[in-house]
Amino acid sequence: MDYSIFTAEHEAVRKTIRKFVDTELMPHTEQWEKDAYFADWVFPRMGELGFLSLRYPEKYGGAGGDYFMGLVLAEEMARCCIGGLPMAVAVQTDMATPPIMQFGTEEQKQKYLVPALKGQKVACLGITEPNAGSDVASIQTRAVRDGDYWVINGRKTFITNGVRADFITLVAKTNPDLGYNGVSLFLVDKGTPGFTVTRKLDKVGMRSSDTAELLFEDCRVRAENLLGVENRGFHQIMWELQGERLIGAAGAVAGAQYTFEKALAYARQRVQFGKPLVKLQVIAHRLAEMATEIEAARQLVYSTARKFAAGEYPVREISMAKLVGGQVSFRVADMALQIYGGYGYMMEYDVQRAWRDSRLYRIGGGTDEIMKEVIAKTMGL
Amino acid sequence: MKIAVLVKQTFDTEAKIILDVNGKISSSGVSLIMNPYDEFAVEEGLRIKEKEGGEVTVISVGGQQAQDALRQALAMGADKAVLVDQGEAELDEYATATILAKAISDLEYDLILGGFRAIDDGSAQVAGRVAEILNIPVVNVVTGLEIEGGKAVATRETESGSEVLEVPLPAVITAQKGLNEPRYPSMKGIMKAKKKPMDKKTLADLGLDDGKISAKVKALSFSLPEPRKAGKVIPGEAAEAARELARLLREEAKVI
Repeated sequence: MDYSIFTAEHEAVRKTIRKFVDTELMPHTEQWEKDAYFADWVFPRMGELGFLSLRYPEKYGGAGGDYFMGLVLAEEMARCCIGGLPMAVAVQTDMATPPIMQFGTEEQKQKYLVPALKGQKVACLGITEPNAGSDVASIQTRAVRDGDYWVINGRKTFITNGVRADFITLVAKTNPDLGYNGVSLFLVDKGTPGFTVTRKLDKVGMRSSDTAELLFEDCRVRAENLLGVENRGFHQIMWELQGERLIGAAGAVAGAQYTFEKALAYARQRVQFGKPLVKLQVIAHRLAEMATEIEAARQLVYSTARKFAAGEYPVREISMAKLVGGQVSFRVADMALQIYGGYGYMMEYDVQRAWRDSRLYRIGGGTDEIMKEVIAKTMGL
Repeated sequence: MKIAVLVKQTFDTEAKIILDVNGKISSSGVSLIMNPYDEFAVEEGLRIKEKEGGEVTVISVGGQQAQDALRQALAMGADKAVLVDQGEAELDEYATATILAKAISDLEYDLILGGFRAIDDGSAQVAGRVAEILNIPVVNVVTGLEIEGGKAVATRETESGSEVLEVPLPAVITAQKGLNEPRYPSMKGIMKAKKKPMDKKTLADLGLDDGKISAKVKALSFSLPEPRKAGKVIPGEAAEAARELARLLREEAKVI
């Protein structure tokens, strides 16, 4: 189908990424899932190939592509048959680094953004805490000014890339009396005294990705590590979340497409009651339903991406795309597993992993319920 | 060093071949790629250019869709492209080679590279015919290539080992798997490929017409391989089933 957002260049990039995924990632994905950690060479290799900087300006080592180039990356990574790795890459390209590009000083861009786009520094994003996530105004991590330094205390959890990351784009309270007007962003290097990874978390799915619990204990960072404007962190992170949710929705839908294609191929060759499953109307209709749901979600993602790429800030559509993208991806994985029947419940078939991995899309980056809350607010409710 | 690389757009290796109602191979819904052997040739051309300096021109015969293969080569680092649109003309290997040779003879060239065969029709004739028309040497199925002092030293695999051949330039060299590992087109390269020159020619531009390239070989019909028959399960007790299996293998399948 022609969505009239992808040019010949986008398709050429897509082809290249797909080849990379097939030849360099796929042979290892099974092992990385077992290890609960994908190899450290992946980020620098992707950086070397220019995949992490597709939509960044040439000045910072990027290819100077548009937003849809980033979309192509998310879609093709989603086809690597594991969810954790694409998620880790999305954190690098579309969550932890865009605030540096948007709000950072030239010095911060050189020190953090440029090496992150080369894959030489891994980035993570620290919003969620044991007692606050989407309720950003309630976060408890504190940064207190002390001369030329900020002193940070607090805990972060569910931090993707948190174990391997070289730095964190961190959200902290700088003025506890001002609610969401007292939040700021910081760039904190791994290795700064007082910043420790306390635990690598064990997850239901997305297992190849490392997820950390982090502790900041009297962690002192220089004043120039403040990212953007003091006390404007809430607005900055809300801006970041829009890109995060949109790319998350794109990845979820592309993953659903991949799961669907595999289920379709399986249903064509699996014979029951004397004929291939696809010849049974109940299965054919289920596949039709899956294809339709995916297409509907994709159309919403693309039309929203078109607005986002044009510089609009379509919070309502992004929240809807994230909501429907997450739900469709899990529903498609669930229907696919049902088509596989008993085999689908066995660890040796990939579909169980899609089922476990896709469950996160309804939680990460803001739950379904948070999306509904945002949408309801845009309706004046 | 002026290097010309012959490139063909082919069906993806994963493509499922189907015949249309006229019994011709249907291209609808099939994704197209650069012939993988030509990719080795492009890569080799780029490596030689990077070492010796010079220019790489990629050349293809085909409709507008063949542009994609050429753009890929440009994105990998080739400098310019020539695309000859054959229009309605039916091509065989003779016709394609005639067109390519004519297009190349309009260029300066020291070395011509191509895949040793295309993965679609697999005739492995075109590059050799180009060499013949241009009256220059050809070395086929090459897995190692060195260029030194106006000569090409090529290693090619034979049935029982390998041989090393030396030919004066200009020459045609055809690539076999193992010659190199083709690079990915770089992201910046893909963006820049659009701006690189692509010279589009018709047969008339080359001074050719249907008469001069009329195909000497015509495909009469195509047929797909027989689909594999379903297997047979022999029920019953093991000893009895084994006896029955042996009987069927002997009398029906006639393999023992």
